[in-house]
Amino acid sequence: MPTAADNLFRALADPTRRAIFERLTRDGEQTVHALTARAGVSQPMVSKHLSALRRARLVRPRRCGRETHYHARPEALAPLVDWIAHYSDFWQDKFDRLGELLERMDK
Amino acid sequence: MTQPDTAIRSVIVEREFPHPPEKVWRALTESSLIEQWLLKNDFQPVVGRLFNLRREPIANWNGVITCQVLAVEPCRTLSYSWGTLGVDTVVTFTLTPTDAGTHLRMEQSGFGPDRHANYKGARYGWNKFLDNLERVVAGLQ
Repeated sequence: MPTAADNLFRALADPTRRAIFERLTRDGEQTVHALTARAGVSQPMVSKHLSALRRARLVRPRRCGRETHYHARPEALAPLVDWIAHYSDFWQDKFDRLGELLERMDK
Repeated sequence: MTQPDTAIRSVIVEREFPHPPEKVWRALTESSLIEQWLLKNDFQPVVGRLFNLRREPIANWNGVITCQVLAVEPCRTLSYSWGTLGVDTVVTFTLTPTDAGTHLRMEQSGFGPDRHANYKGARYGWNKFLDNLERVVAGLQ
């Protein structure tokens, strides 16, 4: 379970990358220039962030002339959804046990 | 999942236990008690302390969760990092006294330390990210 999510979590661990990904999800395909204009960081930094997102398959590039356009692949978030579902079940189960333990501690 | 809107923000589990906060606190912070409801551990309630929780090993994973105590406020808040195979999260327990006993809230979130990078001047937290992607993520289920 955790290994599959590894790249994804690493890519999303950075708030600027999350912001870039969310922006592409919301506004559709963008060029590196357009993303840089709004990201508040330099173009080399934006490119570096895009590479990390690409490794996690969260974005896909499309060359068009001298510009590279990027679009989001929200389906790549599936491991995150799985992870959240896994831990929701895990903690519900643990809270059941905690309730039982608290009863036993009464004795 | 039946409640994707609440489930995707982070993992939040809340429950009221008919026991006083002092007792719930003991169950959260005494190693031998933690083992009885959560996992085997070498926990000590000291901020900065490193400890492990141990799950059943599975393929490609020895089951060891590496943790560090981040916050200890007796009978109120306990927080520690929770690291597994490169996925770092933060688990925070919040205890609130109620007429019937204790309301306990557990939130697991973070998915890696938020660095102090800014985006358009605002800190861009995980919860906001997931809120904004709520429909996208819900559609994947």
